[in-house]
Amino acid sequence: MSQFGTLDRRETVAVLLADRGELLVVCGLGSPTYDVFAAGDHDANFYLWGAMGGAALIGLGLALAQPNRPVAVVTGDGEALMGVGGLLTIAVKRPPNLSIVVLDNGHFGETGMQMSHSGHGVDLAAIATSAGFGAVSTVTERHELAATRTMLHDTTTGPRLVRVRIAPGETPRALPARDGVYLKNRFRQSLGYAVS
Amino acid sequence: MDLPTSDQSPSDQLPRDRSTAPTWPDDIFACLKAFEVKQVCYVPDAGHSRLIKRAHADPAMIATVLTTEEEGIALSAGAWLGGDRAVLLMQSSGVGNCINMLSLMTVCRFPLLTLVTMRGEWAEFNPWQVPMGRGTPGVLQHMGVTVMRIDAAEEASETVSAAASLAYDGDQQVAVLISQKVIGRKQWLGAK
Repeated sequence: MSQFGTLDRRETVAVLLADRGELLVVCGLGSPTYDVFAAGDHDANFYLWGAMGGAALIGLGLALAQPNRPVAVVTGDGEALMGVGGLLTIAVKRPPNLSIVVLDNGHFGETGMQMSHSGHGVDLAAIATSAGFGAVSTVTERHELAATRTMLHDTTTGPRLVRVRIAPGETPRALPARDGVYLKNRFRQSLGYAVS
Repeated sequence: MDLPTSDQSPSDQLPRDRSTAPTWPDDIFACLKAFEVKQVCYVPDAGHSRLIKRAHADPAMIATVLTTEEEGIALSAGAWLGGDRAVLLMQSSGVGNCINMLSLMTVCRFPLLTLVTMRGEWAEFNPWQVPMGRGTPGVLQHMGVTVMRIDAAEEASETVSAAASLAYDGDQQVAVLISQKVIGRKQWLGAK
């Protein structure tokens, strides 16, 4: 296995979010937020522009509150590593409807492509397995993405961590709204909650 | 994390002797129930132990143990996105761990209710608790969090109720600091 992945991040996210239906999505700051926005803006996307290390736990709170909806956290290896303890918290709570999708290029892409712990060999999938996640997989090939997309809609077998080995390299930014109150309100309205 | 935990006997299990048990944790629990708080997350503290037990024992609540306090900030945001009210229980040493994550709550105007048991002030034995205890109100206020205090057990219900209204109805970030005077002196010497 080569040191880094080869999958195109934009194509990967577009396939994973195709025909998304009931899927609720939380995006880690930086490139994953841009990738999810580029795949198509949606009221049920919660884009993070900060809060590094918090994406998975936002997903946990959401998944516990909405047990009948599939929840996917799409984030990067650097963001997931900062909140790595949160993977243990998720493993203990075992929300069956939560998936953590780590777009793993082994680098901190937003800050100049410094190599991350993942790039140095730390395996987030192995960490999730040893923590006790219900389902863990590592995706390296395009043909595996369609089956992975289907798994994200399964609300019975999580928590799930999918490590997707994407290629390092710059991708043009695609910038969603940054206003947090707007993003929060439209997300909640999509679930039927009125703006306070 | 509060080690060693020595202000409770090993026999401190529910139910316990009502004539000697402090009732303020029960007052807080009743308040959380009245506000329909669903998700209770915590990094343990001896002062919160009764409240934590009651949350775990309540089938209508989801109690989540965290590895570090900022997880509870993020979890509170996610809970609100999904329509749940959350509360974060921690001790003052955990407040510093939350600083940057508090940006999430203020920039998105997410409700935050956190109940903070204070260390490092009233009759503190451990000097390592003092700096963060002293810094706790200032750190919270610098990040835009409204700070309230409980200095006597009989204030608990009214103060937590006021904080919950401000948080959940007013979309504000609110911390209630529970004085070490209310929690009681930590007993360091003698049998655990």
